[in-house]
Amino acid sequence: MSEEVLVEEKTELEERFPEIARDQRNGYEGFIVPADKLIDFAVTLRDEFGYDFLSSVTGVDYMPEDKLEVVYHAYQTTGGPGFVYKVQVDRENPVVPSLSNEFPGAELQEREAWDLMGIRFENHPNHKRVLTWEGFEGHPLRKDWQEPFFEEEGKPFKSRWPGGEVIRIEDNNPFRKNVDYPQGFDPGKWQEAGQAVVYENVVRLDHPVSETAISTDQIVVNLGPQHPSTHGVFRMVVRLEGETVVDLEPVMGYLHRNHEKIGERNTFLMNIPFTDRLDYFNSMSNNFGYVLAVEKLMGTKPPERAEYIRVMMAELTRIVNHLAAIGFLLNDLGAFFTPLLYAFEEREMILDIFEAVSGSRMMCNYYRFAGVARDLPEGVFDQVKRFVHDRLPRKIDELDTFLTNNEIIRTRTIGIGVLTAEDAITHSAAGPVLRASGVPYDVRRADPYGIYDRFEFDVAVRYHGDIYDRYLLRLDEIRQSIRILEQVIRDMPEGPVQEGKPQYQVRVPAGEAYGRVEGPKGELGFYVVSNGKPNPWRYHVRAPSFINLTPLGVMCKNYKIADVVSILGSIDIVLGETDR
Amino acid sequence: MTEEFNSTEYDIPPEMEGQVAITTLDKVYNWSRRNSIWPMMFGLACCGIEMICAATSRFDFSRFGMEVMRPSPRQSDLMIVSGTVTKKMIPQIVRLYNQMPEPKYVLAMGACASGGGPFKEGYSVVDGVDKFIPVDVYVPGCPPTPQALLHGLITLQKKIDQQSIKNVRWYSKEQLDPVPIPVLGPDLMDVREYELIKQYTSEKMVEEQEEPEPEQA
Repeated sequence: MSEEVLVEEKTELEERFPEIARDQRNGYEGFIVPADKLIDFAVTLRDEFGYDFLSSVTGVDYMPEDKLEVVYHAYQTTGGPGFVYKVQVDRENPVVPSLSNEFPGAELQEREAWDLMGIRFENHPNHKRVLTWEGFEGHPLRKDWQEPFFEEEGKPFKSRWPGGEVIRIEDNNPFRKNVDYPQGFDPGKWQEAGQAVVYENVVRLDHPVSETAISTDQIVVNLGPQHPSTHGVFRMVVRLEGETVVDLEPVMGYLHRNHEKIGERNTFLMNIPFTDRLDYFNSMSNNFGYVLAVEKLMGTKPPERAEYIRVMMAELTRIVNHLAAIGFLLNDLGAFFTPLLYAFEEREMILDIFEAVSGSRMMCNYYRFAGVARDLPEGVFDQVKRFVHDRLPRKIDELDTFLTNNEIIRTRTIGIGVLTAEDAITHSAAGPVLRASGVPYDVRRADPYGIYDRFEFDVAVRYHGDIYDRYLLRLDEIRQSIRILEQVIRDMPEGPVQEGKPQYQVRVPAGEAYGRVEGPKGELGFYVVSNGKPNPWRYHVRAPSFINLTPLGVMCKNYKIADVVSILGSIDIVLGETDR
Repeated sequence: MTEEFNSTEYDIPPEMEGQVAITTLDKVYNWSRRNSIWPMMFGLACCGIEMICAATSRFDFSRFGMEVMRPSPRQSDLMIVSGTVTKKMIPQIVRLYNQMPEPKYVLAMGACASGGGPFKEGYSVVDGVDKFIPVDVYVPGCPPTPQALLHGLITLQKKIDQQSIKNVRWYSKEQLDPVPIPVLGPDLMDVREYELIKQYTSEKMVEEQEEPEPEQA
């Protein structure tokens, strides 16, 4: 993966915008754009330089310099390395113009930056908290904000074993649990803001009421957070005209586990098992993205055999994920549990392989910086070989035969939940959602990482952008993964699996890095800022499940309420990653 | 089962043996309940996936009469809290618990539901669902394997075997009050602790006035 930006473009851009400055800090890259030029700059970059995919928007709190920074990562959907630009604002009154009107894909990410970092975005269409609740005290990712169970800035905490005795943190809290309240707060006078704010945007009366012979009324329906079809604790607020969806807004944060705050307290190595729990179907590819980002900072590379093992595990993970996604989609369509049983049978076979190599079925914690945790145990390689060569292709064909031409599936999915290629790009959708809309963008091919440039495979692409195509695309991708796995098995070299000695405490030089992989759900990126200490200064996850929900409203509009469930199923979200 | 029922201290005439079983009401009552525990279809996080795995063919908890997962709390007997409980979610969980009819059981699946787990130190995580609702069985693990969950369910069955109609809470004359639903304020607030919170926040204000900021000192 290369992050070099073409030299000519830089100068041309600098001529167009003399106000912008290169980021001179050691280990940093990209440009610093003044806040008032931001929209102009971003639009020019999109329209004239082809950086049409605004992948990631996030904030960093540089408390020692008294600055907040918003970092943008833009890419070309035709492929190639990325372009980074930043806006720096004052910490006391951080206001940045919102890009959401030009790039709707920034909407949820800007809301997240407001929620966790307290950066205000001017002219944002829906400026409210997203992961915590309305009324929450403070902005938790600010460096001076402390959680109720705060012990120290960075791990390992010294308080854990003073004199060999464990100290339980709840014993230091007056409530003996994970809460804290601001001084002078009176709970008796508290008015809960919550629900009215959630409905606010959907209830607004600017939706045209249809003029039919029968006078109808629009109603607002709430789906979730406890609803069997929402794949976890996701919630949707839907405005309905009869059975037709007029407006839909995703509501999330019910599984917000403070991944990033905990990640900034952890040492670099400690974060690997936490990434497992992001997208808990795909722990292996989550590990992959994170170690790539940190390896980029450290300037190391794993040995050959480890590279092959990494690809092998990442592709097996993709198969697991797509099988489960297909199974759950069929569940949502009403084929209750039977297709899922078929999918989970194959999943169990792969989980056995994962358990053999890493010791755990789901939370593998297998990748390490510059290597993997351990070599394949005896017999596993043959197990993979048998599975990939003999069993899996047959099973995929079986699923294909049973499902693809099923009449109910076809009528419920063809032409439903259509997302056009333009909408997919502007909403920053990634992965299968983007490719099913006809954009052949796959990070493995567009900006190869690891050793993906050595393998022969096709970027699966479908063109209708409906649920059916998203389903077919996942089948295609499983077949391509099998192709890659066959090549991995053919070429797997012998040798060590770890560069140098395995270390508990890695030295990471100061700087920033963005590592991204083509996760099964889309582009999974890790933005890591190090200041040379054992703990990352900033640790941000560009979560595909989260950003792929941005176009959900567009996809559901004018379809029936029953389709909402299957459209959500076809995006394939995992709440651990959505809410982090 | 027949033999077990037959081996009582009562005399059964030889001609009736094998046709009459004598047992206690408790035993029959518990026997039928322990083998038809319907869990609520309610996945919170990672553990929810392992819960689904426990329902699929390889582990198959329908062997214990538990395959009927109900999406509605009104029809379920067991709440498997499968995953991290966050402050934003706990009001809903308490409400669901209140909506479940008696007899009801709660199984805390995994480290997060039992005590916060790896995310305990996070600012929006409830460190254990037992801070709000009573838990019958804790299953350790992150996530627990399906086998561990099965063991937890068998433990729950054993617990049910110990109960007696005479003293279970759902037949007692006292009114069973629902658990008060926590409120989302600046932080999560338990309605029962309002006085304590008020006392704490006013004490904090006094402390602030007495001790000047370190950099000013």
